[in-house]
Amino acid sequence: MLLTIRSLSKSFPGTRALDAVDFDLAAGEVHALLGENGAGKSTLIKCLTGAYSRDAGEIRLDGAPVSPASTSEAQELGIGTVYQEVNLLPNLTVAQNLTFGREPRRFGLIDGRAQADMAREMLRGYGLDIDVTRDLGSYSVAVQQVVAIARAVALSGKVLILDEPTASLDAAEVRMLFDVVRDLRDRGLGIVFVSHFLDQVFELCDRLTVLRNGQKITTERVADLDRVKLIGHMLGRELDDAIETAEHSPAAAQEAPEILRFEGIGRAGVVAPFDLSVRRGEVIGLAGLLGSGRTESAELLFGVRTAQTGTARDADGPVAHATPREAVRAGFGFAPEDRKTDGIVADLSVRENIILAMQARRGWTRPIPRAEQARLADEYIAKLDIRTSDAEKPIGELSGGNQQKVVLARWLAMNPRFLILDEPTRGIDVGAHAEILRLIRDMTDAGMSMLVISSEFDELVAAADRIVVLRDRRHTRELTGAEVATDEIVRAIAAADPREAAAS
Amino acid sequence: MTRTLRRILPQILTLAVLVALVSLFFPQFLSVDYQGGRLSGPVIDVLKRGAPVALLAVGMTLVIATRGIDLSVGTIMAITGATAAWALASGWGAAAAVLLALMAGLACGVWNGCLVALIGIQPIVATLILMTSGRGIAQLITEGRILTFTDPGFAWLGSGILLGLPVPVYIWVGTAIAVALLMRRTALGLLVESIGINRSASALAGINATVLLIAVYVASGLCAALAGIIATADIRGADANNAGLWLELDAILAVVIGGNSLLGGRFSVAASVLGAMIIQTIDTGILLAGFPSEYNLVIKAGLVLMVLLVQSPNLAGHWYALRRHVRRRREPAPSDRSAP
Amino acid sequence: MMKTLLTSAAITACAFAASAQTVGFSQIGSESGWRAAETTLTRQQAEERGIDLRFSDAQQRQENQIAAIRSFVAQGVDAILLAPVVATGWDSVLEEAKEAEIPVVLLDRRVDSSDDLYLTAVGSDLVHEGSVAGQWLVDNKPEGTCRVVELQGTTGSSPAIDRATGFRNAIEGNADIEIVRSQTGDFTRTGGKEVMESFLQAEAGNEICALYAHNDDMALGAIQAIKEAGMDPGDDILIVSIDAVPDIFQAMADGDANATVELTPNMAGPAFDALEAYWADGTEPEKFIQTESKLYTQSDDPMAEYEARKDLGY
Repeated sequence: MLLTIRSLSKSFPGTRALDAVDFDLAAGEVHALLGENGAGKSTLIKCLTGAYSRDAGEIRLDGAPVSPASTSEAQELGIGTVYQEVNLLPNLTVAQNLTFGREPRRFGLIDGRAQADMAREMLRGYGLDIDVTRDLGSYSVAVQQVVAIARAVALSGKVLILDEPTASLDAAEVRMLFDVVRDLRDRGLGIVFVSHFLDQVFELCDRLTVLRNGQKITTERVADLDRVKLIGHMLGRELDDAIETAEHSPAAAQEAPEILRFEGIGRAGVVAPFDLSVRRGEVIGLAGLLGSGRTESAELLFGVRTAQTGTARDADGPVAHATPREAVRAGFGFAPEDRKTDGIVADLSVRENIILAMQARRGWTRPIPRAEQARLADEYIAKLDIRTSDAEKPIGELSGGNQQKVVLARWLAMNPRFLILDEPTRGIDVGAHAEILRLIRDMTDAGMSMLVISSEFDELVAAADRIVVLRDRRHTRELTGAEVATDEIVRAIAAADPREAAAS
Repeated sequence: MTRTLRRILPQILTLAVLVALVSLFFPQFLSVDYQGGRLSGPVIDVLKRGAPVALLAVGMTLVIATRGIDLSVGTIMAITGATAAWALASGWGAAAAVLLALMAGLACGVWNGCLVALIGIQPIVATLILMTSGRGIAQLITEGRILTFTDPGFAWLGSGILLGLPVPVYIWVGTAIAVALLMRRTALGLLVESIGINRSASALAGINATVLLIAVYVASGLCAALAGIIATADIRGADANNAGLWLELDAILAVVIGGNSLLGGRFSVAASVLGAMIIQTIDTGILLAGFPSEYNLVIKAGLVLMVLLVQSPNLAGHWYALRRHVRRRREPAPSDRSAP
Repeated sequence: MMKTLLTSAAITACAFAASAQTVGFSQIGSESGWRAAETTLTRQQAEERGIDLRFSDAQQRQENQIAAIRSFVAQGVDAILLAPVVATGWDSVLEEAKEAEIPVVLLDRRVDSSDDLYLTAVGSDLVHEGSVAGQWLVDNKPEGTCRVVELQGTTGSSPAIDRATGFRNAIEGNADIEIVRSQTGDFTRTGGKEVMESFLQAEAGNEICALYAHNDDMALGAIQAIKEAGMDPGDDILIVSIDAVPDIFQAMADGDANATVELTPNMAGPAFDALEAYWADGTEPEKFIQTESKLYTQSDDPMAEYEARKDLGY
């Protein structure tokens, strides 16, 4: 075995994050590390990379015991890590990033040409033909990801840990990344792959290890395992096929009264003008590839960007939604795609995050009484099954799925009539995933209308009553009734736009 | 209440240690006399002399909580002081002078706030503009000289006595309490912290971040105006060149010593004004100890560094680890680790 | 259009040159009341002598002063007055003036350049100022030992160093005068007041016999501190300071201050005297003309002095 971990334990005040965990990694394998949020995956990785010091247990690399005290020490030992948020410097060039800390020098000065050559050499074999003298930030996340991998492999070269590398990539980029990973595997590296996307695990990995509540549940060959069993391991219970069998009657929603009508909403260079009518209690799905204008459509509706054209009306007349404040006043809510930068207020407590929007609408002069705040927080913590030790814990310390639930709770507490969810299940573990979908269903049953954006078409099909398909910043098609199906979405995205065809 | 106490405990302890240290060099530091209807003694001096920095620190705390910084407060003191002195010299009464000075501070705050919140200039640059140009404005008002006045009512604000204590003490303590209550008894504190931690998420939650940002700079301007009024009333003259000079740095230092993060978010006004008192204790202590003036800045720098080191969370972590280590050594082979 | 303007400007310049001497004055700026008074007095002196004064305010920047001198040289003035903002970096521009045979007179501050590059320098002797103040105390102190507290100028500045030295020189040999506390008040009123408060705390107030302040502003701040401590400045504690700004005369008239040593802002008077002699028959003056450091006390009709000075721009 390349890497052997025995009885690794790590505690934090109040929790036992890892409890005598064993883990093996062979050279030339891709080994998935799976588990719900809070299962102990990141703690295990941080112990491996020296970010945390372990309380007990043993780590052996090539048979020799190691205990890295810092990330750089781990790198020198041969353990490199690439995170979801690429931790390179976007304002340096690709070459500078690749050679950072060991720049080729000439007469004591950095030799730019040798540096570029060195960078090109490092990127060879990754199928990446890019200008290494351009800023890293000017390339897509996928390219940055590969650059980060190249750097980690060059620095370390034995064990490569990929922590959620595909979370912000589209399908083609994922394929490119997987080619790179397979190639590295064939070159004899041991690769640890952490992901929430089970499809990807089945596609890429040789073996997998499941953690739950800080304990190792099982290590198995991927080929010997089916999906249902895997999810059972992860959740510790059998998944009642909630998503697949979700009872909803599109027909009923179709007949519900219209509560909002957007006409000609658009902004030059962002999204072409579109119409949208919202009925009471329905879920509208928004489907399209990355960059097709999904998020931008939501932002125009919620006033994050101001629409240049178009009107919004409800039964009582025009509705102002030029700014988020106006949109909130009009009874809209918006849980954005990027939770960390646009959703949570990290240092504030769970309670404060939940009451934030409500407090903003009441105005600063009318604070919500502390007891009422606590009641609201407890209510939603229970209702949404938010896993936190208490309501006063800073939200930043919660896992991704629980942070998302808090953001949802913030809006549910407002009881909006129209709630926009942008990628509500991204980066969330399987259990929370199902819960959030069930929650969407509950809310719409209670009469709330929703607009859900997701790049997982299966999820959209399961949740939505009808689906609007976007392509190239244009709303191209609306799927209703029996058309609400994955292959229909794919067909709609792939189809040539009739208007475009006519125009050209 | 206990939460507030726990938050400001490090500052209180630091202050206590400093007072003990100063008392070593100047044993009568804690002695207070009562004569002629007024309390006097080094501690009273600290409370009175610390008024400008304490006031500036109150406003600065709010600005820093929004992840901003206000470098112009020292200059605003000069402008507002000059405005007040000009009003008095032109024959307006003390009340009008105070009002006019406050309006000048408000205008300065609105200017800073608009540059930051509406135009989106980085706070350090936006307030630097007023910091550098503002003294020129103050000099225009005073025509380059020290503009003196004799109005006893206005001078009372700087050097008067009320119930035995100097008036400036009432002004800064009152302002600090009022601001702290305003922040914590309404939702303002939460909203300010929220935009400081994550402005974009806060805006999406419907918080009017623009107006709040302008408001904190206005608050800072008003606090600076009060400080300017006290400084001017104290010497019965407006000194455009020297009033509030470099005090913005002391104010920022006070906020930092108060344990508030320069990255914005959680704040404590009480801790900041304690920080101001810590700085003033150092200043007054140095004066009383009677070292040659060449050593003033070195001693101050050394003490400030010590204060910051002692309060550093990093060091606190090491201290905690060390203590645990020692305890573990002392109790060999603990079979049960459920002990605290 | 441009051309006519230029021509007419040239004609005006010629016309002035014919009727009166033209002198360019490069002033540092207006950072203090004293400097404002220097500017006012220079203008007054020029007017009285029928000299055409070209004034340039450098706003504390040497490059502005160099540009002003070059422009004076280009205009062909008859002499240049320079109050240099810093001591170094003047060689080349002074050489340009010398080549154009324009005499340069330095006011108030000195430069590091060789002294054949300027005609003369007019200024006060800071050490002498300190010793005049010290001598006054030696002559006027009450019977018995006298414990003195000193408010110094900004630490490390040359006025602070020299005025401290001069005072100590003067009191040397008087065993009953002792400087018990010495601390900087940064030349400001606030500084003077704050430090005096600490002096009063540290030394029991009634044991201090005199205060020596390196400038009047600090003395004025200290006077307020003494009053607020319930004592009588000028009586309980003697006050002697330097500069002779208007407000200290007001304080002397009120009996709150005892003496001040004048740092005269009239640097231009001696400068114009030297220049007129030089223009008349080429008389080379001494390289340093020391202005008088006159002592004023309560018996010198302080109210009249106050009235005479209050409009000079202090």
